[in-house]
Amino acid sequence: MIQYLPILILFIIAAGFAITNIGLSAVLGRRKPTAEKLSPYECGIDPVGTARERFSVKFYLIAMIFVIFDIEVVFLYPWAVAFKELKLFGFIEMLIFVGILLVCYLYIWKRGGLEWD
Amino acid sequence: MTNVSIMTFNILSILPILVLAGFGMIVLLIDVLTSRKLGEKNLLAYLSLLGIVVAAVLSRSSIGTATFSFNETFTIDNYSIFFNLIFLLSTGLTILISHNYIKREEINYGEYYALLMFSTIGMMLMASGADLLNIYIGLEVMSISIYILTGFKRSKLISNEASLKYFLLGAFATGFLLYGIALIYGSTGTINLRQIACFIAGRGGGLDPLLILGMGLIIVGLGFKVASVPFHAWVPDVYEGAPTAITAFMSVGPKAAGFAAFLRIFMTSFAYTHHEWQKIIYILAVLTMTTGNVVAIAQTNIKRMLAYSSIAHAGYLLIALVSANNMGVSGTLFYILAYIFMNIGAFAIVIVLSRKGDEFIQINDYAGLGFKHPLLAIAMTLFMLSMAGVPPMAGFVGKFYIFSAAIKSGYVGLAVIGVINSVISVYYYLRITVIMYMKEPAREFSPLTISPLIVAAIVISVVGTLQLGIFPSKVMEIAQRSIFTLK
Repeated sequence: MIQYLPILILFIIAAGFAITNIGLSAVLGRRKPTAEKLSPYECGIDPVGTARERFSVKFYLIAMIFVIFDIEVVFLYPWAVAFKELKLFGFIEMLIFVGILLVCYLYIWKRGGLEWD
Repeated sequence: MTNVSIMTFNILSILPILVLAGFGMIVLLIDVLTSRKLGEKNLLAYLSLLGIVVAAVLSRSSIGTATFSFNETFTIDNYSIFFNLIFLLSTGLTILISHNYIKREEINYGEYYALLMFSTIGMMLMASGADLLNIYIGLEVMSISIYILTGFKRSKLISNEASLKYFLLGAFATGFLLYGIALIYGSTGTINLRQIACFIAGRGGGLDPLLILGMGLIIVGLGFKVASVPFHAWVPDVYEGAPTAITAFMSVGPKAAGFAAFLRIFMTSFAYTHHEWQKIIYILAVLTMTTGNVVAIAQTNIKRMLAYSSIAHAGYLLIALVSANNMGVSGTLFYILAYIFMNIGAFAIVIVLSRKGDEFIQINDYAGLGFKHPLLAIAMTLFMLSMAGVPPMAGFVGKFYIFSAAIKSGYVGLAVIGVINSVISVYYYLRITVIMYMKEPAREFSPLTISPLIVAAIVISVVGTLQLGIFPSKVMEIAQRSIFTLK
């Protein structure tokens, strides 16, 4: 277990750093609340209505499709880093992977997953 | 920087899986690129069957080899080939019984066939996995496809409910499995099945608590997939809600895959610690058999009854796991094959008798079937007798091997409990036969929806049930030759 000691120490330092800083700013910081400061930040525009609103389930589909193609990029980065060692083999592997995703893309497109209405 | 070794990259070893994946994607693309009405999707069903036959032929061609590939994460041996053929058989039979059913239920989408094939890929990965992570990935590929298939009747609330229940509980159970894998890695420093075995043997006695805990969690995760008590709560609801053809598939495919992984992990990696897990599996086996059989008696819905009966059959198979000898393992292979024939056969009859909007699944609906449709009634009787374990049907031979294996390993008590359970099960299996032949019809039978494909499925099931029961020696020999690479 001793080899995990540095990780424990790191945990303690990280937690201590965060707690200390938040605590210090709570103790030492000055507070002059105004109406603007207390309102939620919405890119500088005055807040409109409540955030607890219902929104279209279509966003769910968009988010799901985004995740699929986001994962593709996650795999592309390490492949790009190790490209020289993997040579042609890695290139063909990646072609197959992207090819399978292309099938997914065609499927989503033709099924109307990319259309809003 | 070292060069990445691609020496163990052996594409031939995964060729059946690749072929099946290719066919699955082709089916998906044909479905999506052509209009919805094209030939009522007959083409897709035939294409899927072709894919399954090609994969089976390719799989069969490597019988006798025992190779590792992909840095010893994947193995092809007689054991995995036997299971691959079992999975392909169950998927093929499912497509045969589905073809007409999904048209009738207006769920005739091309994704159905593609998902069946993807799920089979997952099962094949599970049977061929030589390390825990590969088995886990196979399990996920299999499960996710089946979660979707369970909810395939999109407009039916009961189907959606079944799908969601199965998904939530299944995801939770997978978490247990993954946690178990993590603990075993923490304890042994490897996820490779053979290296785990070496590590445990190398340390001699003195078991690590982490290892025991990991083993227990793996039992929970896989116990969920094979529907053993007390991880069975999802079974009746999911089996009832799912489309009937998928219920048939679910009760054979994933169960077989779960046992493939169970046997592979426990016979290869944990053979040395068998005293620890045999006690747990012993209790699970007794609970599973007894609960399944006793609760099945009270069911009035035939899908629920078959669900509990499938729980009971998982219990018999766990007996084989407890005995942990060659006879038990080969008996498991034989029993699963027999179970595929008799169970899919029984579900095929349920499908033939039902029609859209009228599932025809109360057991009393079967009254008088023996007079109205004698051939169907004879087939159903055969399947019921086989499941009850009456000679000369396949179920009898399977049970005989499994109980003998238990006695051979000294678990006489367990074998006795198994036989008693088998007797209990005779009651509810024979009740259907009695209702079919000795009661007046309670209601009109709907006109049968018979297609050549479903007739083929019933004929194959009947022949399989009888063939395995009367001439078991050939298949048994193959099963016995399939297990040498496990240890």
